[in-house]
Amino acid sequence: MDFPSTQFVPSRAMGTYEPIHQIGMWGENFKSISNPNISASVIVDVANKLENESETTSHEMLVPSSKHDQEASKPFDKIQRRLAQNREAARKSRLRKKAYVQQLENSRLKLIQLEQELERSRQQGLYVGGGLEAGHLGISGAVNSGIAAFEMGYERWMEEQNKQICELRSALNAQISEIELRILVESGMSHYFELFRMKSSVAKADVFYVMSGKWKTSAERFFAWIGGFRPSELLKVLVPQIDPLTDQQILDVCNLKQSCQQAEDALSQGMEKLRETVSATLASGQMGQGTYVPQVAMAMEKLEALVCFVNQADHLRQETLQQMSYILTTRQAARGLLALGEYIHRLQALSNLWANHPREPA
Amino acid sequence: MDKVVRLASERGVVLFSKSTCCLCYAVKILFQELGVTPTVHEIDQDLEGRDMERALMRLGCKAPVPAVFIGGKLVGSTNEVMSLHLGGGLIPLLKPYQALC
Repeated sequence: MDFPSTQFVPSRAMGTYEPIHQIGMWGENFKSISNPNISASVIVDVANKLENESETTSHEMLVPSSKHDQEASKPFDKIQRRLAQNREAARKSRLRKKAYVQQLENSRLKLIQLEQELERSRQQGLYVGGGLEAGHLGISGAVNSGIAAFEMGYERWMEEQNKQICELRSALNAQISEIELRILVESGMSHYFELFRMKSSVAKADVFYVMSGKWKTSAERFFAWIGGFRPSELLKVLVPQIDPLTDQQILDVCNLKQSCQQAEDALSQGMEKLRETVSATLASGQMGQGTYVPQVAMAMEKLEALVCFVNQADHLRQETLQQMSYILTTRQAARGLLALGEYIHRLQALSNLWANHPREPA
Repeated sequence: MDKVVRLASERGVVLFSKSTCCLCYAVKILFQELGVTPTVHEIDQDLEGRDMERALMRLGCKAPVPAVFIGGKLVGSTNEVMSLHLGGGLIPLLKPYQALC
């Protein structure tokens, strides 16, 4: 946006020209306010600049006038007082304008926050009515704060992840040294390990939260296996992106995939056993009398094992990442991490598209 | 302690387990998939179960079960077994004990 430079022009010319010019500028401002893309701070800047403009211009308007009135002293006092009053009124008006713009800015920020929350809720498939569990059974404060801490942490994790993906992308396109690329790969891996630590922490607070994958988008949840990706599936998706591989690498990756699948099968069957155990415990004794406290208490004890399974699943993911980093060269590992990041982005975009895609009325 | 050490140093693959432990069940399934039949000791069904539990923890197992010994040496719990397997080190250890099918 262009601002007029302060011009030293005769007051009469300014008298006719200036107000129109100011109105013109305000018109531009109001257009910007309705455009959601302009930042609120720019609006405040514009408001400030215009206030400064009008201050300097009103000075210039004053100077010629006071020269005229210097002959008569009494009318001079009157005029001086009137001018002072004008200045005061103008100052008050500027302060009101500042306050109003500040209010606008705050409202805009709040609107952005609400829109983001709504978007997140929609992506997570939560309805505005709120989950039944939260209302009915009452989640304890500790669980809530554990979950809240995780969600905040995950948001930051995602932002950092996006930054790292961009860095990887530009690093691979540029010709950076092996050492620098290695550093990027190591940070990428540490970043995932950090996520597993966070998940382990929140699993202690509420293992069902981790099992539900609530913090992820709907398409990501569609592929979930014990609270996250199935490592062998990811290998299938990512290995073609890392071509070409040496014969030894192909063999190693093949063995890794097989070991992974065997471990996953073992854990899946363990989970199935856990479900059977909990179900059997819950259903023990006569049903129908409405008394079941001991059964529920015993079932809960069995359910504690779920935390172990979630931890084992994440351990498997971490080990798979680690093993791949041993098998691949630095450059291949970088491409692998980049492909993984983009795959997740595509899943998130799919979730978004799905949420916003018009459906036929029932 | 003696009982655990004695049982652990038996030849082959030894698994200390609890009949109610689903993670132990998962380890059993993994060995099955790899063609190995471990000697399983369900310590919850053993009269000296409590002592055995303490002994296993003193030997370095964070959770008493599952605890895997191969050829008399402690491999570890689920974590260690999984890491070893993904790293390709489990099958070589099991080779002498794999069923010939």
